[in-house]
Amino acid sequence: MAEAHDSAHGGETPGTAVAQQQDHSAPAPAVAVVRSDRFPNPGFPPERLRVTDLDPKKEKQAERTISALFFLSIIGSVFAVAAYILFPIDNLDPSTIRLNNMFLGIGITLGLLGVGIGAVHWSKALMHGHELVEERHPTRGSDESRERAVEIFREANAESGFTRRSLVRNTLIGAVIATPIPAIALFRDLAPAKDPVALLKHTMWDTGVRLARDPSGTPIKASEVTIGSAFHVIPEGLAELEYHRLEEKAKAAVLLMRLPVDELNEDPAKADWSYDGIVAYSKICTHVGCPVALYEQQTHHLLCPCHQSQFDVADHCKVIFGPAARPLPQLPITVDDEGYLVAQSDFTEPVGPSFWERAL
Amino acid sequence: MSTTATPPASSAETAPGRGMRFTGWASNYVDERTSASTAVKALGRKIFPDHWSFMLGEVALYSFIVILLSGTFLTFFFDPSMTEVEYSGSYVPLQGIPMSVAYHSALDISFEIRGGLLMRQVHHWAALLFVAAIGLHMLRVFFTGAFRKPREFNWVIGFLLFVMAMALGFTGYSLPDDLLSGNGLRIIDGMIKAVPVAGAWISYLLFGDEFPGTDIIPRLYVLHIMLLPAITIALIGIHMVLLIVNKHTQFAAPGRTNDNVVGAPVLPAFAAKAGGFFFIVFGVIVLIASFFTINPIWNYGPYDPSPVSAGTQPDWYIGFADGALRLIPPNLDFVDPLGYTWAFGVLIPLVGLLVFLAAVALYPFFEAWVTGDRREHHIAERPRNAPVRTAIGAAGITFYAALWAAASSDIIATHFRLSIEGVIHALQFATVVGPFIAFFITKRVCLALQRKDREIALHGFESGRVVRLPGGEYIEVHEQLDDFERWRLVSFDEYQPLMIRPNDQGKITVSQRVRAGLSRWFFEDRIAPVTMNELESQKH
Repeated sequence: MAEAHDSAHGGETPGTAVAQQQDHSAPAPAVAVVRSDRFPNPGFPPERLRVTDLDPKKEKQAERTISALFFLSIIGSVFAVAAYILFPIDNLDPSTIRLNNMFLGIGITLGLLGVGIGAVHWSKALMHGHELVEERHPTRGSDESRERAVEIFREANAESGFTRRSLVRNTLIGAVIATPIPAIALFRDLAPAKDPVALLKHTMWDTGVRLARDPSGTPIKASEVTIGSAFHVIPEGLAELEYHRLEEKAKAAVLLMRLPVDELNEDPAKADWSYDGIVAYSKICTHVGCPVALYEQQTHHLLCPCHQSQFDVADHCKVIFGPAARPLPQLPITVDDEGYLVAQSDFTEPVGPSFWERAL
Repeated sequence: MSTTATPPASSAETAPGRGMRFTGWASNYVDERTSASTAVKALGRKIFPDHWSFMLGEVALYSFIVILLSGTFLTFFFDPSMTEVEYSGSYVPLQGIPMSVAYHSALDISFEIRGGLLMRQVHHWAALLFVAAIGLHMLRVFFTGAFRKPREFNWVIGFLLFVMAMALGFTGYSLPDDLLSGNGLRIIDGMIKAVPVAGAWISYLLFGDEFPGTDIIPRLYVLHIMLLPAITIALIGIHMVLLIVNKHTQFAAPGRTNDNVVGAPVLPAFAAKAGGFFFIVFGVIVLIASFFTINPIWNYGPYDPSPVSAGTQPDWYIGFADGALRLIPPNLDFVDPLGYTWAFGVLIPLVGLLVFLAAVALYPFFEAWVTGDRREHHIAERPRNAPVRTAIGAAGITFYAALWAAASSDIIATHFRLSIEGVIHALQFATVVGPFIAFFITKRVCLALQRKDREIALHGFESGRVVRLPGGEYIEVHEQLDDFERWRLVSFDEYQPLMIRPNDQGKITVSQRVRAGLSRWFFEDRIAPVTMNELESQKH
């Protein structure tokens, strides 16, 4: 690299001079305009002494304040230990937790702030107050060490033949790149050997599975669903699952609502998916999967509390606001012989957020 | 070789006391085995310049130490298992409710262990402060141009620390396995699933099953207490080493140049101040934790995929990502002719955030390319003296702030009695148009402030002395600044835009045109510092 400084644009000190372009094919750099009649640095202003430098009484006073702060810190730390013992947690009285937390905290705070404020005060009021100056040097290594570094690499290259023996070098690079590949393969068993895509496309719902209350799991009769009401629903049997209960619930959660039949604008193809104004929709938001838990009875709107997507239940749960990608999937329902609401089948499309293979 | 400290001059006659003799012996013992005196010689009187804004990085460092200390305490009691148990602790409203061991043990830390709640709150508050301090520190470095050569690498390392802090925060936030954090994980799962080609698989492997599975908490725990802290500590180490190599920047002031560092030596003044400041930061965090509840997981209940509470908020530093998700318009899924789904409703915010973060990380290289400036810079610039950079920063802050506010769109709507639609539309506008407005205003404000500086440097300041002239006219006498005061106003560089020049082949390349255009954008509007001749001619 060139060492020269561009004299035309040189600053007032060598260190601030604009380095000349080393690469002549590159465009000239935008440079600082350095004028000859620039103000010179006026140098250090006269020092302002502190009150503790001028008045021995103040100095003594600062000394006393600092040791008082350190002493206060000792008291705080001792108090914290005392508070640990004196304010135990009584399992029957939750307010004891607050007292324990507060008094222990106050003690530790005093212990820490006493040391901290005392030390800073010591530094600012009593320790040598003049500013000191240290020279800066260019960050780059000295020419000597740079030359030596280049030489070392040259020697190492000559002794190893790193550039000369290109076949050895290239196979080495290839080999080293290949070594992490087994580590990547090892991570395959982070999850079981199933295809997640197939799992995402099915839920616990199936023909004849009863709609049950979340979380009790008691089935719901169509006659219990009054107009305007909404139920949080899980498939019957989910609450009793020993295994995969939360995983199934994360897909199968459903909202059940009953609207006046004349207000329900149904798709003719899905006209038999509801029962007497009772409709069931997936509760899992089609945006990123939060539960769409808020139902506004007057407007028939569902609202996701996470990102405020809104769905119109009266209009096939289509998205009327917010970031959701598509309407909530509808669960086809009917009633069984005993009058309980049951699913006609599983959802006919994957529930929840979009994924790559969703539409396949 | 003896390394006994030199006794103070006043007590030179008295023989060293027992304490001194022991210190001398111990120093010698250590040095003969480690050559520690070399390090003391090199660093002991190293100079650190002083400015209030330089403490922001210190706050970040110290709150990280507080996080390590309080976090270590928590690991002794926390059990990250997702095995289901029935709650049997002392918090009555949750008794008999099934929950994971992780949530149970987090409740036990809060309710059964003395000081456990305090440590949990210290840990959480310190984490919030950690990210905040890093953010403010980055803004200080950005607006003073302290990222310029030779500090570009340290900017990138600092940026990585910012990302690490967010990753540590999010993994830690998820560990208690409560309803709020579980919904946070579900959102992450939804975002991962949107990733083209491999989304469903990444989610499946991460969670070890379908969401939520029983592996995610232990896996996040390993990341949170081992892998991420180890990387963070290593990065902090490099950050500190580079700080020592590059030496700290300082603001322009009389006597301070690009070639010196003016300030307090490490021993004793800076060490006492910085060490004391660590205790102050620690003390303030404990004080907050003693009086203010943070993350009351007992109110949320254990994770269950069906319920959710209204008004859910992530921790503040994840807000900008959550906000980005909220601002996208509906129905953006696109199914390509092959039948694959492009979830643009999630991908646009995701890619947008990554581009934003990449822009932050790479800005120093961009500015260096545009300005072609290859000098070392050790003087922290006043933001007004780099109007375009300051305006870019303001635009970035506006963009971030709009996304961040969007994470609370529902809270804003309910508290100010606005419609959620209105709030979202306003924030969509603020996200897209706000940065341009902020850029324009900030640039103009910077130029105006520079003009004011010129004015004061040339004509002095109003002295408050009103004089009546013979003609009856009243004027206020202006007084000139002294040399030291004036230096602050005139000690900056003025830059000219880059000229387009043909290269050796006589061609003007596209990249050169782009570079020249950007350079013009940077330096077209500029205010020159007052020169001596100007001041001289002004006087006559």
